[in-house]
Amino acid sequence: MSRDETKSILERSLSKGNQEYSLSLYTLLFAEMVRYCQDRANSLDDVADMLAEMGKDVGWRSIDLLYHREKKNKRDNKILDILLFIKKTLWTKLFGKEADKLEQAADDPRNYYVIEKEPIICKYISNPKDKSSLNCAAFAGGVIEATLCAGGFPCKVTTHWHKGTTFMIQFDESVVDREKV
Amino acid sequence: MARQGRSGETKMEGELLALTYGAVVARVLKDYERTDEVNAQLDKMGYNIGVRIIDDFLAKNRHGRCKNMQETAEAIQSAFKQYINVQPQVGKWNDAQNSFSLTLDTNPLTSFVELPAELSRLYYCQLFCGIIRGALEMVQLETKVQIVADNLKGSNVTEIRISFVKKLVDALPVGED
Repeated sequence: MSRDETKSILERSLSKGNQEYSLSLYTLLFAEMVRYCQDRANSLDDVADMLAEMGKDVGWRSIDLLYHREKKNKRDNKILDILLFIKKTLWTKLFGKEADKLEQAADDPRNYYVIEKEPIICKYISNPKDKSSLNCAAFAGGVIEATLCAGGFPCKVTTHWHKGTTFMIQFDESVVDREKV
Repeated sequence: MARQGRSGETKMEGELLALTYGAVVARVLKDYERTDEVNAQLDKMGYNIGVRIIDDFLAKNRHGRCKNMQETAEAIQSAFKQYINVQPQVGKWNDAQNSFSLTLDTNPLTSFVELPAELSRLYYCQLFCGIIRGALEMVQLETKVQIVADNLKGSNVTEIRISFVKKLVDALPVGED
């Protein structure tokens, strides 16, 4: 370790990612983030947006890391493949389990849903009645959006309460067109 | 991978903590212009976490009251082990035995972090200081906690200095003797 310290971070060998930490510490940190955003936002939508922004920070960084570590540097270039990557690899590595469901919208080929009944990061956050529309899982929505965008699938991800928490992924027109070729 | 450990602690595996904390620091840096204010904000967030995490720690460990700073140091050491799976070294006691250093060989919060030169006054791990201060305050110990060596600034280790200030006394409610 000490020999590595003098090298820049990019020259050091990649950690194996088996650090362990307690969920309580993480949820308390997350609760603090929500509070920080609440202090600075004007509306509940703003809070969700700020959380999503922070989630994007995490997403941009995890995609390279995970492809490098888990998939032997092989990127996915089909919609279904990258969605399965998110459902399985990304979710397991970040939140310790696979996402509950992955669905395609029947009415619009651009829309997909990732459904997670009870996001682990929100386990200890209770929504007061007057703020029931806020979903702190927006953070995870941000992670998904940045992961897809960085993977070359421009899209918009929104977070909703529907059968638990649903992340609605709406791909850019170009992504769906490319798929047809 | 989330799993249930001893003493009812759910463990997570991976780097979500480091990445999330990085996102928080990035956000706070964006919101505040001066580095001192960023440090203060990170410390405040840590304090709020500390105030709440002490309950979690005491509930899961059946730890008796610490009689002196040595015992407190051991308790903090085991808390680090429990929450981030790192065992810091306790050392550098002063003569009065009320001030000591925690030394971390590896720092899980900084696994992907490189500090640009213009942020040389940022204490990236100030969160730890806030947590320790907040938690100790809840057990009636007022302390001063600061980072004296930082592995992001060329040092091999992260060193956190904890000094006892005074014992906080419960104020009696008015009208009771």
